[in-house]
Amino acid sequence: MISLTSPVRTRAHGWPAGLKLGLLVAATVLLAAQDALAFHLCALAGTLGLYLLPGGRFFRAGLRALRGLWPVALIVLAWDGLTGDPLGGVVVVLRMVSAVALANLVTMTTRLSDMMEVVHWLGRPLARLGLNLRALEICLALVIRSIPALSEKAGLLRRSWQARAHRAPRWRLIPPLTLLALDDADHVAEALKARGGVAGPKTTKLP
Amino acid sequence: MEKTVSHVALFAAVIAVLGLMPKLTLAFGIPVTAQSMGIMLAGAILGARRGALAVLVFLLLVALGLPLLAGGRGGLGVFVGPTAGFLAGWVAAAFVTGLIVERWRSAPLGLVAGVASVIGGIVVLYAFGVVGMALVLHRGLLESAGLVLIFVPGDIVKAAITAALTVSLARARPQSLLSRA
Repeated sequence: MISLTSPVRTRAHGWPAGLKLGLLVAATVLLAAQDALAFHLCALAGTLGLYLLPGGRFFRAGLRALRGLWPVALIVLAWDGLTGDPLGGVVVVLRMVSAVALANLVTMTTRLSDMMEVVHWLGRPLARLGLNLRALEICLALVIRSIPALSEKAGLLRRSWQARAHRAPRWRLIPPLTLLALDDADHVAEALKARGGVAGPKTTKLP
Repeated sequence: MEKTVSHVALFAAVIAVLGLMPKLTLAFGIPVTAQSMGIMLAGAILGARRGALAVLVFLLLVALGLPLLAGGRGGLGVFVGPTAGFLAGWVAAAFVTGLIVERWRSAPLGLVAGVASVIGGIVVLYAFGVVGMALVLHRGLLESAGLVLIFVPGDIVKAAITAALTVSLARARPQSLLSRA
């Protein structure tokens, strides 16, 4: 499964994922707490600088990930421009872009396996409260494995529909796709039971 | 337990695959993606608890860095952006949709699934979405609501399609409707 981790190797790829997430939380709280335009200009310049450090390819990929923000940014700037608070709008947009860019930076420099370790670490205290960590890990692995398989089945359904009709199937694909997924889920449940279930190995106390 | 894990996982995968489907454009130019319909369907078909868990697992994988949202988006950035409230609202939307389908058994299934999708997938979802947008963009609730109301007609269409799909699934295979099991 393709993840959003950048193929461009950076120094931050080697940092612990927990540290990066901690820094991200601290930076996001700081960005939310500040209202000064100069602070947010410096924050965005610093963030863009971090994107530039690994080179142009990494920087362009980072900018591409921010493209979805421009319609919201335009609306906010136009709104605040019309209501007489253009600087307020600029601060909001700068804060939003910096926060999203920093979060994307953590995603781009952290492998999926490292993030999974963080989930495992965060889940340990919850396990004492009854969270079945093994079930969660199996569930995540099953989703990752099932997406390409279901995607392929959706492609086959689409092609068989197109062979019989001129119009695109659109939402009509959803019922057969859902039924196929529910059938697969029943088979997977049987297979999991046959392999000892998701409760984890039972431990027996020696006398 | 195994059944819950497999149903939650496979439905999370369905939500992801719905994000790969090309978006429709309504007559008045508003884009509609099938993924948010997957949230309504998760509740209507799996029920409150399993539906909400499927959405939660899906969002966890998005946060871990998989590009599973419509348009190939994902990662931590989407959870601090202006639409973060809508993502948080997906879990509550699936739960409320499922809860209504589970509890309200006296009316025809199509009507129940439609009303449940409107309450869960529109009223509850937009409540979360508007609050999230107000926090990120430092707007008032009414201003934020004004920014997203344009998408409501598309969501009403999705709720109607969800109702039709739920009925057709229940007819094709009654035992597949786990919310009524």
